[in-house]
Amino acid sequence: MQSEAILVFDKTGIPSRALVLEQFPALDVLAQPKAIIECYQEIPCNPCSTVCPFDAIFIPEDINVRPQIDFSACTGCGLCAQICPGLAITIRQLKGPVAVLNLPYEMLPMPQQGHTVKVIDRSGAFLCDGLVTRVTVSKRSENTAYVRVELPENYLVDAMTIEVPHGS
Amino acid sequence: MNNAACVIVGAGPAGLSAAYELLKAGAPVTLIERSHVLGGQLSKQTHKFFGSETQFASLRGLTIMETLIERLKPYQDRLTLHEQTQVVGLYSDKVLTCVKDDIYFKIQATTLIVATGASEKALPFEQNDLPGVYAAGAVQTLMNQYGVKPGRRVLMVGSGNIGLIVAYQLRQAGVEVAAIVEASDRISGYLVHASKCRRLGIPILTQHSIKAALGESHVNGAVVWQLDEHWQGLPGSEVTYDVDTICLAVGLAPLSDLLLQVGVKSRFVNELGGVVPWVDAHGQTSLEGVYACGDVTGIEEASSAMVEGALVALRCLEYLGIPVADGDARRKEFQTQLHHLRHGPHAAKLRTGYAKRGDFSV
Repeated sequence: MQSEAILVFDKTGIPSRALVLEQFPALDVLAQPKAIIECYQEIPCNPCSTVCPFDAIFIPEDINVRPQIDFSACTGCGLCAQICPGLAITIRQLKGPVAVLNLPYEMLPMPQQGHTVKVIDRSGAFLCDGLVTRVTVSKRSENTAYVRVELPENYLVDAMTIEVPHGS
Repeated sequence: MNNAACVIVGAGPAGLSAAYELLKAGAPVTLIERSHVLGGQLSKQTHKFFGSETQFASLRGLTIMETLIERLKPYQDRLTLHEQTQVVGLYSDKVLTCVKDDIYFKIQATTLIVATGASEKALPFEQNDLPGVYAAGAVQTLMNQYGVKPGRRVLMVGSGNIGLIVAYQLRQAGVEVAAIVEASDRISGYLVHASKCRRLGIPILTQHSIKAALGESHVNGAVVWQLDEHWQGLPGSEVTYDVDTICLAVGLAPLSDLLLQVGVKSRFVNELGGVVPWVDAHGQTSLEGVYACGDVTGIEEASSAMVEGALVALRCLEYLGIPVADGDARRKEFQTQLHHLRHGPHAAKLRTGYAKRGDFSV
């Protein structure tokens, strides 16, 4: 990791855009859904690696080592995104003019399929509206909702979470 | 006087884990817990834990607590449980004095495992005794255990993992968080936790601290100011926040008082949160047959507390002459787990602390 980037990150809690982009594969790879892992710090944790059925995420015996992803093996199944205790993994895909973002979500009210929600970036700022196309909640993910949102392609990188308007 | 082969004080992650290992090996266990619920801090941890599968990573603290309690069920006939019981005294002949429902009683232990955990630290600032000033653990108890919102809008003081997690949980409960202030020049908890807060729009201000709580009968504001490189407040930098709750997440101190009553070898280690007992590589204190594990031996995580509990139980069984299947292999496995949990750059301060304290297989 670039030390200058992490110094700012250490103060703000927001990774720089350059740091974020380092976690992305080439854009053409994102024609298929892929896991984007935003785990920038060496902390003792490995569930993303052990849950992956495709051996696409590697963490050695020393579980402090940051996860390494093999994008050619990743199918975008989303098991890692649902199990990550740090809510640091999203699944992203580019479908023509539409970016598809799959994210773990733990706030109320619960998003509903077909509803329009606000798409939010890593600093909490509003980016655009998004359409919820799927919501799943499983026991395996300890009831963290796994939400699929469609949004304009230009927000593929910056989108990080959603805000569900109250009463929606 | 009651006689007991193994007494465990504290039914948090360390104590419950030790109890499981002892019961499984056939030892009778007397488990003493101050609260009316078992699980210690896990009983209010609604977030998912880090670690590896062996430490129940990715499960919420509450689920880990249920798992740890459930594991004891097959051995109920060997388990004596004293809930809502306070251990008030410990003597060097391993006699414990306890109080339950205003009734005082004594237990003579053959072996004793002290897993009393930690207590929260406070912070000096003007009017810090106003109602509405809480420690973060109290906020979690109110919110996550009793379903009570502590207030409408909160200022969080401290950006360690507890401060970051509780700020996030406040938002989950529908409470506004005005800001998280941090005296140091960098966020002290995990950056994934910090990022979770930032994307919810919660500001994190490093080199800032609270100067004063405002209000007459309860908190109705907080004055925050910037700190210089010597950690001194900068006059003129004061900003007033409209909050009704101030939440202090400024560290924990090991609850080593019981052990200090019998004069075990101990010392003050800043990096570990306060006065901690010396323990050997198996968790034995300087008093034979008396062991310590979990936060009382140094402030760390529930994951390592559970591993320490299991490790100490193995030693305890050895002392009692109860054979353990694969004892040596399991001890090695637990020590490897501890090594990995304490190996990362984030644990550097912890490693310094343990080097000062003495052993326990760091």
